[in-house]
Amino acid sequence: MSETQKAVVTVIGKDMVGILSKVSAAVAEANANVMEVTQSVLDGYFCMIMILDITAADKSIDEMQALIGSHVPDMVVHVMHENIFNSMHRI
Amino acid sequence: MLNMSDIMETITMIQDENLDIRTTTMGISLIDCADTDIDRSCQKVYDKIYSHAKDLVKTGEFIERKYGIPIVNKRVSVTPISLLLGVSGGDPVKYAKTLDKVAHDIGINFIGGYSALVQKGFSAGDRELIESIPRALAETELVCSSVNIGSTKAGINMDAVKIMGQKVREAAELTADRQCIGDAKLVVFCNAVEDNPFMAGAFHGITEADCVLSVGVSGPGVVRSVLAKMPDDASLNEVAEAIKKTAFKITRVGQLVGTEAAEMLNVPFGIIDLSLAPTPAVGDSVAHILEEIGLEQCGAHGTTAALAMLNDAVKKGGLMASSSVGGLSGAFIPVTEDAGMINAAREGTLSIEKLEAMTAVCSVGLDMIVIPGDTPAEVISAIIADEAAIGMVNSKTTAVRVIPAIGLEEGQELDFGGLLGSGPVMKLRTKSPAKMINRGGRIPAPMQSLKN
Repeated sequence: MSETQKAVVTVIGKDMVGILSKVSAAVAEANANVMEVTQSVLDGYFCMIMILDITAADKSIDEMQALIGSHVPDMVVHVMHENIFNSMHRI
Repeated sequence: MLNMSDIMETITMIQDENLDIRTTTMGISLIDCADTDIDRSCQKVYDKIYSHAKDLVKTGEFIERKYGIPIVNKRVSVTPISLLLGVSGGDPVKYAKTLDKVAHDIGINFIGGYSALVQKGFSAGDRELIESIPRALAETELVCSSVNIGSTKAGINMDAVKIMGQKVREAAELTADRQCIGDAKLVVFCNAVEDNPFMAGAFHGITEADCVLSVGVSGPGVVRSVLAKMPDDASLNEVAEAIKKTAFKITRVGQLVGTEAAEMLNVPFGIIDLSLAPTPAVGDSVAHILEEIGLEQCGAHGTTAALAMLNDAVKKGGLMASSSVGGLSGAFIPVTEDAGMINAAREGTLSIEKLEAMTAVCSVGLDMIVIPGDTPAEVISAIIADEAAIGMVNSKTTAVRVIPAIGLEEGQELDFGGLLGSGPVMKLRTKSPAKMINRGGRIPAPMQSLKN
């Protein structure tokens, strides 16, 4: 069994109804598992960070980004492998 | 666990501050391709590069998608071609065309190593290769050339300096109809490093392994924006500390990408070159970092001190972040490729004399400087000699990449477009150094060479 692969999703934009549900639906569609969600709304701006387990995902990271983006077209979406954050911020 | 501000910091760096992996460069040794028949030699060169580097671009693109970070260039550097030419003889341009063809076929951006190392003297193949450089650069598109004419150990080969002044002029003349592009691909070095992944000066040194993958990271925009958030009264040691921490983070990303790419390509990881390499894009300028430190404009008095601090802090931050730092590692100051430098040169704040002083404390030399089209070859040789002297005495790499803009005069501008940018023709001294240059011979190695 290979080790767990994780990806970090960030969604930023103007707050509106249903963002979390739309993003989660897209994540499920890609067969990725949500491990953790943090979100905040500041001055009407929505910022969400979601950690996914993508070990069993059937889509690549860039395909997932496009898929989530298509569900919430007004938001800025990034999906990146967690290693980049770990190497930058952990010694 | 990752926290929100760390994640947002990384994303802002990439999205808004132009953090990128500037290059993944595969170094390939061609020693085993040498053959007494030049055509057979060229075929072996083609085959070896193709078989090793055919997946370089694909691998780079895969990693870009995985981590969401752009890898701007994919390049190959090879053993100095003069070594192969020494065995095969024949028309050196055949090698250049072979390199150009394989570069196109595998889809990379540049291939470096049309080079000769002549700091102490010429051996078989060196003179012929140097003679052919202007033609090779005019007849190919992706081939980069470099010549090392001096070192702290060997002194300066002034015969080579004289020839290189002429070759720089010829390269400009042969490509006069294409913005003198030949000279943007030609670097004259003192103390050239053998594992530099950055063009145009990259070549794969003979002491290197058969095939390695090296990475060049960049991120002047990230450093500038960190400094922009600091209060105006922060002391310079606090500024240096902030630069160091930022360089550390940038380098860690390079280390991640480099080791992963090397693993995927099944070659050893070479080095990471943590250089602040500017591009003409807004927010990607080394000059703007210097201005953020506290200069009204790059080129003002104080620029050399600010650059010295920047260069040193970048190295210190990077050293701990990577298992093997190499290449040039520091701040680059290519004039036409840096929006802030271009402005400073246009307004006359930045002169060639100031740039020369800056090269004594940064990682390279006089880089991408447009000079008048009627500059005589011996003046170009003298510029090379001055720069080489700085490198030789200070035990550091220096380089000259100047572009005589054929048909243009002081104040007019040469525009390459793309990453190479544009810049005004800079004023040079007009008194002649011809007598000194024509003496030829060697400048003996300095005291610093006698360390044993």
